[in-house]
Amino acid sequence: MYRSLFPRDLFAEMDRLQRDVQQAFDLTPTIRGFARNGFPALNIGSTPEALEIYAFAPGVEPSTLEVNVERGLLTISGERKRGLSELGDKAAVHIDERFEGAFRRVMTLPDDADPDAVDARLRDGVLHITVKRRASAQPRRIAIQ
Amino acid sequence: MSNNIQKSAAADPADRVNEERSRLSESALTPPVDVIEDAEGITLYADLPGVSRDKLNLHVEAATLTIEAESDLAVPKALKSSHTEVGLGRFRRVFTLSNELDTQNVAAELKQGVLKLRIPKASHAQSRRIDVQVT
Repeated sequence: MYRSLFPRDLFAEMDRLQRDVQQAFDLTPTIRGFARNGFPALNIGSTPEALEIYAFAPGVEPSTLEVNVERGLLTISGERKRGLSELGDKAAVHIDERFEGAFRRVMTLPDDADPDAVDARLRDGVLHITVKRRASAQPRRIAIQ
Repeated sequence: MSNNIQKSAAADPADRVNEERSRLSESALTPPVDVIEDAEGITLYADLPGVSRDKLNLHVEAATLTIEAESDLAVPKALKSSHTEVGLGRFRRVFTLSNELDTQNVAAELKQGVLKLRIPKASHAQSRRIDVQVT
């Protein structure tokens, strides 16, 4: 966590506080907004080698699921059907909370992401996408002559 | 060893204490469900992404149905979380059943993170059409 080197410096402390609050509430506004409560829900993390994206998409037919990378944008789209409209006359829907229909979520990839090294796996309704970082962006130790 | 993305966000000891606290208080997400009733019984669908069969716990006691599940995602050790919408790896939801339901014959199916529960009505409780006498 970021700590000011000069703790008596009020402005530095304010700056630090603001940064901590932003991190705590995950306030990283992008031009595509926050997109909270979207479907599928996304968890995003990174390692030095890759960007890991977890999309929580239970009950989506794998054949309708599409992952595209284009000009630095990663798009996850697909459709989820529940089949509630095909019910007989005698059926009653008591609780109706699950998402239904077509979905699309878009996220910006960092500059060092390699669009040719994207791997997507679906397991138990979680889509796990790994986007490798370019080798040139990896930290390297430079030998001193 | 598998750890999960919800837990991996905890890097420093303070966070680990919080994580421990949340585990002890058994905080859990409420999964969205659909419940449909027809003449023969009730069908329940619940979204449980990341839950495998052995991490799902269904429990019927008296007139209470409890769904408990844990998602289990294998994530890299060095993962640093930057954006989290699913902040817990545990699901829990409780329903009260009515007594015409046959809790001995509940059928459960877990497929691609969706639980489908079928609870039939006891045979004596299935609907009968009653003739209306016109006099």
